[in-house]
Amino acid sequence: MPESEKSSKPKPSKAPRTPMREQESGERIQNFLEVPFGYGPEEAVKEAERCIACKKPKCVEGCPVQVDIPGFLSLVKEGKFLEAARRVKKTNVLPAICGRVCPQEAQCEARCVKGKKGDPVAIGNLERFVADYEAAEGAGALPEMPAKNGKKIGVIGSGPAGLTVAGDLIQLGYDVTIFEALHKAGGVLVYGIPEFRLPKDIVQREVDYLSKLGVEVVTGEVVGATVTVEELMKERGFDAIFIGTGAGLPMFLKLPGENLNGVYSANEYLTRSNLMKGYLFPEADTPLKRAKIVAVFGGGNVAMDSARTARRLGAEVHLMYRRSQKEMPARAAEVHHAMEEGIHFDFLTNPVRFLGDEEGNVKAVEAIRMELGEPDASGRRRPVPIEGSEFQVEIDAAVIAIGSGPNPLLLDVTKGLERNKWGYIEADEENGATSIPGVFAGGDIVTGSATVILAMGAGRKAARAIHAYCTGSDQG
Amino acid sequence: MYEILSKETFCPDIKCMVVSAPEIAAKARPGQFVVVLSHEMGERIPLTIADFDREKGTVTLVFQEVGKSTYEMGTFGTGDRFLNVIGPLGRPSEIEGFEKVVCVGGGIGVAPVYPIARGFKENGAHVISIIGARTCDLLIFEDRMKAVSDEMIVCTDDGSYGRGALVTEPLVEVLDREKGSVERVLAIGPAVMMKFAARATKPFGVKTIVSLNAIMVDATGMCGACRVEVGGRTRFCCVDGPEFDGHEVDFDLLMARQNQYLQEEKTALDRYLEATGGTRHARV
Repeated sequence: MPESEKSSKPKPSKAPRTPMREQESGERIQNFLEVPFGYGPEEAVKEAERCIACKKPKCVEGCPVQVDIPGFLSLVKEGKFLEAARRVKKTNVLPAICGRVCPQEAQCEARCVKGKKGDPVAIGNLERFVADYEAAEGAGALPEMPAKNGKKIGVIGSGPAGLTVAGDLIQLGYDVTIFEALHKAGGVLVYGIPEFRLPKDIVQREVDYLSKLGVEVVTGEVVGATVTVEELMKERGFDAIFIGTGAGLPMFLKLPGENLNGVYSANEYLTRSNLMKGYLFPEADTPLKRAKIVAVFGGGNVAMDSARTARRLGAEVHLMYRRSQKEMPARAAEVHHAMEEGIHFDFLTNPVRFLGDEEGNVKAVEAIRMELGEPDASGRRRPVPIEGSEFQVEIDAAVIAIGSGPNPLLLDVTKGLERNKWGYIEADEENGATSIPGVFAGGDIVTGSATVILAMGAGRKAARAIHAYCTGSDQG
Repeated sequence: MYEILSKETFCPDIKCMVVSAPEIAAKARPGQFVVVLSHEMGERIPLTIADFDREKGTVTLVFQEVGKSTYEMGTFGTGDRFLNVIGPLGRPSEIEGFEKVVCVGGGIGVAPVYPIARGFKENGAHVISIIGARTCDLLIFEDRMKAVSDEMIVCTDDGSYGRGALVTEPLVEVLDREKGSVERVLAIGPAVMMKFAARATKPFGVKTIVSLNAIMVDATGMCGACRVEVGGRTRFCCVDGPEFDGHEVDFDLLMARQNQYLQEEKTALDRYLEATGGTRHARV
């Protein structure tokens, strides 16, 4: 579609927020295709016209990477979609991904003035639109690259933090190598987030883009096992290292029967399905059981992803969360989608133990009802068990999605790398500097499980700090 | 990378491959394992390293064809490449500071015992090895084991070669004979063999290390598929192991968990054999 002629400045539209068309729930639980279809050009223009172009745009403040939101929205209004995409990409190397998985309702859109009296502008939907539009147009003009500065940067982990660091530093003239432990780049975007929420070819597209810019992506290299951080710096000549290995250690409930067959961590369940393509078994070689009744424990996005995956594999799904719906950390949109798809929500319910058959397969979960007591350290009301309210639910699979911790594989062998009391890397919040000179860190391995965009924000800060470190413009 | 430099067929369902993987060879230590992925839609298969050569930059892998993925790996020949070989993973064996050890290997478990036995030997231990297989054809690594052992006992379940016995029988005899001078037993083989080897050594009070082959996915501590219970605690086989104190391992749990995909494994193999016109190996 050609970019339209510039016209005189239009008045902001008073129309309601433009919905994104999506697959109907009865249909989508039969497949793993993406749920929303995305805006078409007309819908995008119509939605962008709702932006009143505030003098002091609050939305930008709400964005961890400060995307020029009014700037790109005004380009969309004018039908200059490619320019809009480039404007977003100036500060966000992964717009197609952020447009899909960012919690906009808690960030940019939460600050939108329009939201005070109605619905905020659908910034996320528009970000997604311009990124997809650019990709579909194949407008592959690469940015002009600076001359190489002769410095080598190693990025450990190819999730959102690592991809951001790589994207920023390659454009500053560094040689950048990403080391990914798994066989496919993308980190949590590939192993964690399901196809129906973030199609894997979109992740691949973003990784390919970095490769085109000259980033070397090495897969199947486990830093901490195949090579150490020290060796990368001393023997392989890396001037600085960024550690963005994520929060890859599954938490378990520590309940009796938890090691029965059919009880999975969300990491295992989702990795089997997403990274290994187990949902296609036997087309793909890694099996994923098609259970009949699945219980999922947890209330975050990972719990929603697990429940919705199980649903698509044909199961009746019960999601058990120990607090009430109000306290659920998952995005409202995800909860809404899950409910539409027929997932049963058992709020104020906590598992007590798993029961198995003689072959060691899980056959039931015993749970107890909870009520909310006084607020706890997180400020949320603490769930307290109601004595005598135990009950059993027959299940043949369970997925534990109660969070993850720091994977110690790399940390344990990196001498001198300080960690905080939870085992995450102790890093400067502003620049990602760790206790080892030249080694920076960011994302979930510093903060604990958070969001894609926060990891990207940390990556951006670390990239700046690495640049300063390598050019000697700070004390390091 | 990951080119197969040579391939040997020990018997129709047991293959040995020397694979180019210089970075892994440079780091590998006895007791560690790698993950092999044949192709994009493949499965990540953990295999204990059977040998490594730092100078040539190779690792040696021995595997038995039991499911679709290993049958398919068996069709790879010299010059073919795996998509990925990842490692070395897991904690290395403790091989230093022993004067006398017994190394027990059963079936293809003899292969991973070999570099550990060699490690014991290089560190000055007197190495007594007991290797076994169900039948003569399935006995592997005999010459290699002999070369690193001060004494070696060979047995087969059916008596077709060496002594007709399970490995536990000579194991008990050796421990009896050595009167408390054996400081460590290492036993690697099928879970049931390790279970009984550990049970046999318990009365002698000699620490017995086993290497567990739990089902894994990422094999870097991320997913917890390989959960095992050791001393009542849940551990991850991939990063906390693969070696554990055999007297503390819940082998029944290990075996139950190893069997959890039998149905899917059968589906996948049947489908594969039908598509390729292959046939199933006679033994299960």
